[in-house]
Amino acid sequence: MSENVDTTLAPKKIRPPSGRVSRLFESKWLGWVALAIAVAAPFVNATPYALNIMTTAAIFVLLASGLNIVVGYCGLLDLGYIAFMAVGAYTSGIVAKAFDLPLLFTIPVVLVMTVLAGLIIGAPTLRLRSDYLAIVTLGFGEITRITANNLAITGGPSGIFGIPGILKIGDFDFQQPAVFYYVTILVVAGFVLAAARLGKSRLGRAWRFVREDEDAAEAMGIHTYKVKLLAYTFGAIWGGFGGVLFAGHLSAVAPTSFVFLQSALVLMAVVLGGMGNMRGVVIGALVISLLPELLRDLAEYRYLAFGVLLIVVMLFRPQGFWPARGYEPERKPAEEREAVAVAGEQR
Amino acid sequence: MAMLEFQDVEVFYGKVQALRGISLNVDEGEIVALLGNNGAGKTTTLSTASALVRLHSGSVRFAGKDISKAHPWNVVDAGLIHVPEGRRIFSTLSVLENLQLGGYLVKDRATVAKRIERVYELLPLLAERRTQQGGTLSGGEQQMLAIGRGLVAGPKMLMLDEPSMGLAPLIVAQVMRVISEIRDQGTAVLLVEQNARAALKVTDRAYVIDNGATTIEGRASDLLTDSRIVDAYLGNG
Repeated sequence: MSENVDTTLAPKKIRPPSGRVSRLFESKWLGWVALAIAVAAPFVNATPYALNIMTTAAIFVLLASGLNIVVGYCGLLDLGYIAFMAVGAYTSGIVAKAFDLPLLFTIPVVLVMTVLAGLIIGAPTLRLRSDYLAIVTLGFGEITRITANNLAITGGPSGIFGIPGILKIGDFDFQQPAVFYYVTILVVAGFVLAAARLGKSRLGRAWRFVREDEDAAEAMGIHTYKVKLLAYTFGAIWGGFGGVLFAGHLSAVAPTSFVFLQSALVLMAVVLGGMGNMRGVVIGALVISLLPELLRDLAEYRYLAFGVLLIVVMLFRPQGFWPARGYEPERKPAEEREAVAVAGEQR
Repeated sequence: MAMLEFQDVEVFYGKVQALRGISLNVDEGEIVALLGNNGAGKTTTLSTASALVRLHSGSVRFAGKDISKAHPWNVVDAGLIHVPEGRRIFSTLSVLENLQLGGYLVKDRATVAKRIERVYELLPLLAERRTQQGGTLSGGEQQMLAIGRGLVAGPKMLMLDEPSMGLAPLIVAQVMRVISEIRDQGTAVLLVEQNARAALKVTDRAYVIDNGATTIEGRASDLLTDSRIVDAYLGNG
């Protein structure tokens, strides 16, 4: 049993949520509503500035959902997550420029590179636990950025410019801000949904067991190392795709985009939203990415206000806006119910 | 036929030798107790069997197969289940979810559901609390949950590490009753206990471990009156 969990606050019974607000949050339509809002947003405000902010926010949601797999589901503290985005962005940028390909066609290479990066960093470090893992990932994040800063192929400190757009069919260019926004929304929605499904899968359950108590999980036959490596690799893929979108959005990649602060912000989105709960994390990511823009009227005080707001949230909702409840509702597929009935008859 | 068999097993933690030659066997349908003082090597013996710890020399066989070099998940898959010391249930997950972890390696969900029902029959208090978080259970209930979780894996043999730890005498008696019921249903049990008197009441045979080696072996009824055991572990109370 993990000692750091305060069970005195835990509800005695886990019931379906009673309040109207929580019922709304649990509703399965919520995801569709969020998607509808995202799709409708450009009809309300389609200035280049608004589209830019919204696209950036959507990419940030993708990163947060990827980090949520690593930190939220599996409990592996990763302080260098942005490095995977760097790997994705640089890979797609370099390949697209070298072969003059649309970014879309660089995806297979990006996939290979991010999985490789995930395995290379994960394989040796995931034998470490908690604090040590955090320090090593922090180091990895910095190594990636500094390497990019010094290599010729990555363009050194000035990075890569003039990356081709994602796709062009005839006269129709997917790179137009509004079209690119919709492409981003589509990709991000797919990845968020996939991450949420992963969390409910058998593998997701194994992640939760590892997060709660690694030794007990191993004693019950979970291959903890493999399971952790999978979480890390999935996180890497999510980050890599965030990188592709990032490269497409800005058409330029530079090392300054991948500083530690970025890793910290993504982690903040996960913690603020509620670790392990994909819906909460999406909200956390939107708050973290949009709030500084909404506070723009405060001029140079806006990051001060941002910081104070974050502290206030953590004081009042230490588990995040919307913490994951430690259970999945009792689901009984038809065949299980039958099996139970048969077992009952045999008695 | 021997279910579990240790032959001259030696284990090192770094340079420290924890086991200096453990030899024991547990037969089908038997409850065997492993007694000994703190640091004698009881827990290490169990961890070696479940492959959480690597052995240095000697051999461990389970159900006719050598498991000296197996991995933890192979051992679980083979049907040897270790219920670790201190219960180690998942305090933030519900009782049902804790039980589901036991069936993690079982591919067939219907089998898992059936086994969970059987655990609820054996331990009705768990059925009452199936949606409650593990951490809100009492110590005795948590121990029952840990045993139940082991049972869902469908064990041929269960290894229990100090199930009486920190429990009131009445609850210890309940736990011991459950353990003999499990045996009656055909699962062999290896029971590690400091509470030698409670353990010897339900077991068929017992081994005493001292300083990493098996020193005394005998029938439980004989050991209860054996002067060496009485002096060292039972007292004259």
